[in-house]
Amino acid sequence: MDNKRRSFLTSIIQASAAAVAAGSVVAGFVEENKDKPLTLRPPGALKEEEFLKTCIRCGLCVEACKNRENKVIIDGKEIETLKLAAPGDKAPIGTPYFIPRTGPCFMCDTIPCMYACPTGALTPDMCKNDKGEVSIDYAKMGVAVIDPSSCIAFWGLQCTACYRACPEMDKAITIEWRKNERTGKHAYRIPVVHEEACTGCGMCEMACVTEKPAIKIFPREVFLGKAGDRYVKGWDKKDQERVKNASINTTTQTGRSKKSAIENLNEGIQWDK
Amino acid sequence: MGQIIKNKYLILRRLSQILILFLYFGANYFGWKILVGNLSFSKFLNTIPLTDPYAFLQMVFAGAIISADLIIGVLVILIIYGLIGGRAFCSWVCPVNMITDLAAWVRRKTNHEKDNLISTQKIKKFRYFFAATLLLISAIVGAAAFEFISPIGIFTRGVAFGIGFGWIWLFVIFLFDAFVLKNGWCGHICPLGATYSIIGAKSLIRVYHTKENCTNCGNCLTICPENQVLSPVINKKSDFINGIECTNCGRCIEVCDDNALKFSIRYLIKQKGAENEKNPTK
Repeated sequence: MDNKRRSFLTSIIQASAAAVAAGSVVAGFVEENKDKPLTLRPPGALKEEEFLKTCIRCGLCVEACKNRENKVIIDGKEIETLKLAAPGDKAPIGTPYFIPRTGPCFMCDTIPCMYACPTGALTPDMCKNDKGEVSIDYAKMGVAVIDPSSCIAFWGLQCTACYRACPEMDKAITIEWRKNERTGKHAYRIPVVHEEACTGCGMCEMACVTEKPAIKIFPREVFLGKAGDRYVKGWDKKDQERVKNASINTTTQTGRSKKSAIENLNEGIQWDK
Repeated sequence: MGQIIKNKYLILRRLSQILILFLYFGANYFGWKILVGNLSFSKFLNTIPLTDPYAFLQMVFAGAIISADLIIGVLVILIIYGLIGGRAFCSWVCPVNMITDLAAWVRRKTNHEKDNLISTQKIKKFRYFFAATLLLISAIVGAAAFEFISPIGIFTRGVAFGIGFGWIWLFVIFLFDAFVLKNGWCGHICPLGATYSIIGAKSLIRVYHTKENCTNCGNCLTICPENQVLSPVINKKSDFINGIECTNCGRCIEVCDDNALKFSIRYLIKQKGAENEKNPTK
């Protein structure tokens, strides 16, 4: 009897230890695989962390995207936007993403992908403006970023391809005219991205004429900075609202700042008496 | 023709597995609305949601906000498999079953059915521990952990959306099953199979064994991928195969030459079945 109990306990411990060992390997893989910060999500996606919890990887959004009404065919080839990540792709396995250079979001008015989502990983709540109006124009899939060193407009060449491709033309991308001092009689026509209007659809990235695009879409979390509470636009009422609840403490508290600076500097020094 | 009738369940199962994959494929490539999605979540006829119960559990553990569609989908699955199917998902729906059956076939053809690197006795309950562990891990990493490695997901998504490097994982499962552990993935590891075992524990459709007809030839025990469910019954008593791990694949019925096994309905048809079997038609 005692022996039976012992072998029963042994087998339980062995099975659970094996399960924990195998599970830990899975956990390591998951941690590694889900950390793909450059993944661009469909419109209305939750924040990446929440998105990974909520997406069940069914692919209904991808199917809705593939079978949408406004199909775009270039050179006889249908441009496919959303993909479901297979192992080896640059996105967490099984989740939807798109690559703007080859398949940007064409910003369907009906947002079929978002409404196809059964879990709420894509939700109208993440695709609306301050007034609560839902529209693809309020999508925040990413933000366009320009590399001035390879953008030929910065060289003084005439381009504006991204500006003209932009579905939010004159809002998300504007053209800034600057004097070209090199020739003295020409103008630079510089594209400027305005993040608050940019949906991150990637039409600019697909349109960019350079060999490797000089304008690229990055996830907003990756590219955008945050000024924090220390800085405020004094001329902007709305921006002042933003810092209404800011802390009034302006000193950084660290282990060292418990003592005064002089005390800290003089610490441990033996003075000649 | 006789072969077809004899192996009717096997043929129907393959048809069912391939048809489901084909419908998923067609949904993406041709815009069919019959069965859209994949085995994690699908919509049947564009209305009825179907949710993978284990993916659902993982999402709950990961702390996701669960939508109504998912809950309805899980209820539909629980009703279908809980009442009718048992672990029928594994043998009639899951495409990985085709890989592991191929591996089992290789084992039979090369006569090394019992050459395992791991003791099957020792890892009998591993899958349940593994399923539970992955739920905890889902909670720790904040994402449905098994869905990252699930060959079922990789296979079905692969058919509908492109497989990438996923075939390697499917090949690994074949190698593992064929050369390391008999019926290793489906019968010892897969946490989804473990979940369906529990869901279908009390299901109605079960294989019934008639002891009077049994000649103890052992065909069923050889072919069965989960033969621990058969061994307590075969040639011992006339009863239903009550083991929760039975996948209702029906292979035992097909290989039985003595008419000792058949599908029946548990709880509703009881001794009546035994009476009929006394005069076998063959």
